[in-house]
Amino acid sequence: MAALQRALGRNSAYLLVGPAALWLGIFFVIPMISLLTTSLSDPAGSPIYGYSMTWRFENYVDVVADYWPYLVRSFVYAGIATVLCLILGYTLAYAIAFKAGRFKTLMLVLVVAPFFTSFLVRTLSWKLILADNGWLVETLKTLHLMPEDGRLLATPIAVVAGLTYNFLPFMILPLYASLEKIDPKLNEAAADLYANPFKRFWNVVWPLSLPGVVGGTLLTFIPASGDYINASLLGNPNTQMVGNRIQSLFTTGSDYPHAAALSVILMVLIVVMVMVYVRRAGTEDLL
Amino acid sequence: MSEVTPPGENTKKGVSRRGFIVGGAAGLAGIAAAYYLTRGNGGPGGTLEGCVTTDLSDTEARLAVSNWPEYIDEDDGDVLSTLSLFMQQSGIDVTYTPDVNDNVEFFTKVRNQLGACQPTGRDLFVLTDWMAARMIEAGWIQQLTKANVPNLDANLISSLEGPGWDPNRDYSAPWQSGFTGIAYNKSLVGEVRTMDELLTREDLKGRVTMLTEMRDTMGLLMLSNGADPSNFSDSDWSAALDKLSKARTDGQIRAFTGNEYINDLAAGNIAACVAWSGDVAAAEDENLVFLPPEEGMMIWSDNMLVPVQGTHKANAEKWINHYYDPKIAAQLAAYVWYVCPVEGAREEMESIDPSLVDNPLIFPTEEYLASTHGFMALDESTAQGYEQDFSDVIG
Repeated sequence: MAALQRALGRNSAYLLVGPAALWLGIFFVIPMISLLTTSLSDPAGSPIYGYSMTWRFENYVDVVADYWPYLVRSFVYAGIATVLCLILGYTLAYAIAFKAGRFKTLMLVLVVAPFFTSFLVRTLSWKLILADNGWLVETLKTLHLMPEDGRLLATPIAVVAGLTYNFLPFMILPLYASLEKIDPKLNEAAADLYANPFKRFWNVVWPLSLPGVVGGTLLTFIPASGDYINASLLGNPNTQMVGNRIQSLFTTGSDYPHAAALSVILMVLIVVMVMVYVRRAGTEDLL
Repeated sequence: MSEVTPPGENTKKGVSRRGFIVGGAAGLAGIAAAYYLTRGNGGPGGTLEGCVTTDLSDTEARLAVSNWPEYIDEDDGDVLSTLSLFMQQSGIDVTYTPDVNDNVEFFTKVRNQLGACQPTGRDLFVLTDWMAARMIEAGWIQQLTKANVPNLDANLISSLEGPGWDPNRDYSAPWQSGFTGIAYNKSLVGEVRTMDELLTREDLKGRVTMLTEMRDTMGLLMLSNGADPSNFSDSDWSAALDKLSKARTDGQIRAFTGNEYINDLAAGNIAACVAWSGDVAAAEDENLVFLPPEEGMMIWSDNMLVPVQGTHKANAEKWINHYYDPKIAAQLAAYVWYVCPVEGAREEMESIDPSLVDNPLIFPTEEYLASTHGFMALDESTAQGYEQDFSDVIG
């Protein structure tokens, strides 16, 4: 740090912050302003001839009145997916951190491996797996675990399963990072003090892994609630999430102001929920 | 993590670090806000006169074309495709991209550049009538030089000669026309004859898709209600919309899609759908059947357009002229199975595939055309109102 400071002189802080600030300024602040002004424009305009900005706050009222079910559905689906990710991810991260031995690196690579193919391709391959005539559905029907006319694709189950699958690595990695830092000797010490396995987990491991839990749930919940790929490929018209609604307002509906207002509401709701969650979890200093 | 550096070290003079970041962001935000407030968002708001770019065709033997998927023939062994023939004969290197999956989606993709008079990297793209009309109206499309496209003048079939939005075909040339009707997978379900069957039959529940293309889906629905899509009233519109909305809430409809419905139909994920005539043939699956609903079908055409910032207009015109050669047109039609817009192609088809000569999906007779309907031309604000209604229902 000191060497770097000497090299850069007194203004090192500005020089270091500069590139990132410039990047965020161009690709976040400016688009954000564009989004905000669009959201306050008169929907009477058109994408070809432009919209005039009239401070029309009614847009916000309109979209909440019209599209609240999409918001609720998004948060419910994302919430379920996050809980599933936490259960699946915690056990796996725990196994990698404490039980994997020499396979640790290999397992971590396997967790990250899906990222080498595109998100879209991975979701499309779920369509093959869940297809009405696919082996999975056929097997479930043969075992009578599913009614004859049942299906998996184009159901809420498929959407939540897709979300869970796609965001699982974002849960596992932060969990692994905090579990791995826990000294196994603490666990042994607790055992020496006659704590049973459940108590050892609940009083020692779980509290120490909380930063990972908070980080993982945020990294899963936030993108999952804004996602529209899973709902559009694996869902049906009655399982569309708020992302799909925003997309169709921008495209089929060519109604930019309402689409922008809905995007802003989604963003604000997520920020509020995250803040409440972080406060409640009492983990501000853990982030 | 937020307090790593010792305080005071970097902030002795002038503004503090936080002040710098906040101030910088606020400054940028202010500039952007001022820009958007004075200029407004979206389109250019005026005409694009002077925006037409210089044609580089003389020096650059290149052409970038955007078209719909599965909409052109491919090299087949020794037989060169119409595209390869064009490259060979003209010496023009064509970049052909099938990236138009939906009119509105494509419009969203190119709107910002076209509106701001910036190149999209495309010299020619293919869009359906109503979207072509919208773009010509907005002044985003270059006028074709008639002298460069003699085949278009000579061979365009009479039924496509003068649409209301481009009476002399000054700006557009049809690529293919087609019908919108019903398709079903006969290995899964029995014949689906009407839209009402599609929307209510119990064995199709959750196994039906409709198109996100408003004019196709709503046109067929209006026909099934006995209304005329080429001349309908607001109440006809709402009746059709209610019908769609009910089918959606009942779970009859599985999805609203673009071109991709054909994969799901072949895979058996859906049993029947609203479909475009040529897609079903192109899928080359004997279980898939396209059929005109009893109450009539929709007809449309897709048009080649040269955007104002397309830098290879003369090359694009060579391309158009090439595809209006009856021989080439017949070769293309034999592959894509859409309505061929070129006079004389039918005669050429005799030597390519005699079985297709009397196929009404490629060379429809007057009689056949009488059962087809176009969609009413809408002005910008009416169109937007309907589009919003429609998008609220399809979700």
